[in-house]
Amino acid sequence: MITIKNLHKKFGKLHVLKGVTTHIKEREVVVIIGPSGSGKSTLLRCINLLETPTSGEVWVDGFNLTDPKTDINKVRTEVGMVFQRFNLFPHKTALENITLAPIKVRGMKKDEAEAIAYDLLKKVGLSDKANAYPDQLSGGQQQRVAIARALAMKPKVMLFDEPTSALDPEMVGEVLEVMLELAHEGMTMVVVTHEMGFAKEVGHRVLFMDEGVIVEEGKPEEIFQNPQQQRTKDFLSKILHV
Amino acid sequence: MELKWSVVIESLPLLAEGALVTLKITVIAVTLGSIIGLFAGLMRIARNPLLKFIARVYVDFIRGTPLLVQIFIIYYGFPQLWAALTGGQPQAISPWAAAIASTSINSGAYVAEIFRAGIQSIDRGQMEAARSLGMTYGQAMRYVILPQAFKRVIPPLGNEFIAMLKDTSLLSVIGFEELARRGALIIGYNARAFEVWFAVAILYLIMTLLISQLVSFTERRLKTGDHH
Ligand SMILES: Nc1ncnc2c1ncn2[C@@H]1O[C@H](COP(=O)(O)OP(=O)(O)OP(=O)(O)O)[C@@H](O)[C@H]1O
Ligand SMILES: [Mg+2]
Repeated sequence: MITIKNLHKKFGKLHVLKGVTTHIKEREVVVIIGPSGSGKSTLLRCINLLETPTSGEVWVDGFNLTDPKTDINKVRTEVGMVFQRFNLFPHKTALENITLAPIKVRGMKKDEAEAIAYDLLKKVGLSDKANAYPDQLSGGQQQRVAIARALAMKPKVMLFDEPTSALDPEMVGEVLEVMLELAHEGMTMVVVTHEMGFAKEVGHRVLFMDEGVIVEEGKPEEIFQNPQQQRTKDFLSKILHV
Repeated sequence: MELKWSVVIESLPLLAEGALVTLKITVIAVTLGSIIGLFAGLMRIARNPLLKFIARVYVDFIRGTPLLVQIFIIYYGFPQLWAALTGGQPQAISPWAAAIASTSINSGAYVAEIFRAGIQSIDRGQMEAARSLGMTYGQAMRYVILPQAFKRVIPPLGNEFIAMLKDTSLLSVIGFEELARRGALIIGYNARAFEVWFAVAILYLIMTLLISQLVSFTERRLKTGDHH
């Protein structure tokens, strides 16, 4: 579903991704962990071209994103993204947030888009919030609307960039629950998160990144119980014992 | 010589007419200026370097030169330029045409900067979220960024309106009969400089105060019903 070959990304002189290569299969749930600044977000953002790779290749669903002939807007409709800070549209209701792209991008009829949106709101447990504006919702509710918004485009892949780290602790669970359900339904997911419980429960593979490279990867239990690299051990001991 | 305030009452109908013209030309200038300014503002932040450059030259030229000179260039200069280009005789343009052209081109440059700042004040995550849903840059601007930016530009647009209302007094130099020109004409006839200029000033003040009230009212309404 996603193939990344020797991906490099530089911001001016700053070399952030230094040759990342990996393949993510359909229905696979991949969890990316690693210290701040290691390039996790940048990697994720290269998968839908919010960042343009400096060199290397990114393939999504058979499209080469680094080929200038690829219609990037079309590929982006196949790749949903959930942001740390939700990024809901504040001037639109929850329902309008969800229906905007299906109507404007997919050319869907309004009632059809709304029917889908109501289904998605139900799925994320917010049927009663359809007409609420983002600032009338809690962080956890906003993030669930953001997930529904991404799902409305019926993407083949969902990217999550620390979806729970801006939330108050009591709201983390409700968002993870929605993500668990998605994973169980077979969605292909790439998730940057330090929620180890989530990684263990639904993650098929954990990638540990540091300084722009994948240092180590493997099944969650392998990585968490029995890391091979010293850098992985140091990192895990830091986050598991805070 | 005593002050004679009765001349103010006598000239009030003529001055009021002038004030109406001032209001009219200001509304036209800022309306057309907003359209020009929206496009120039979008060009300023475009990725295309040519569009960016054109907008930059326009904004810098207009903001870096006096409106008075811009009025002269259009009213006196353009007919000669036209004649030189076509090889014919210079055809004078009407004060109204020159007034509309000079003030809206001038306002457009200031509004461009207002829009540019308004758009750039919207969180980057909004554009990213819209693009990640497959929207084009244009769709993201139109449905996500601009509706949010419009709300933020209302106060500076109000200021631009007030500044333009005062600056239209410069149009009197080309014989455009707005408020200041009316005042000058009346004084030419009754020689009551202080009374008439003072009345003119008060009329300007009334208009600017009313507009700033209107702007803060709109602003308050947008704040309470923050979504519409
Ligand atoms: N647009 C940008 N311009 C310049 N530098 C950037 C940009 N985006 C990211 N960086 C830099 O690239 C490096 C990697 O950033 P990235 O956001 O990918 O890290 P991360 O692993 O997601 O970290 P965190 O856990 O803090 O989110 C950082 O040093 C960051 O400052
Ligand atoms: Mg990050």
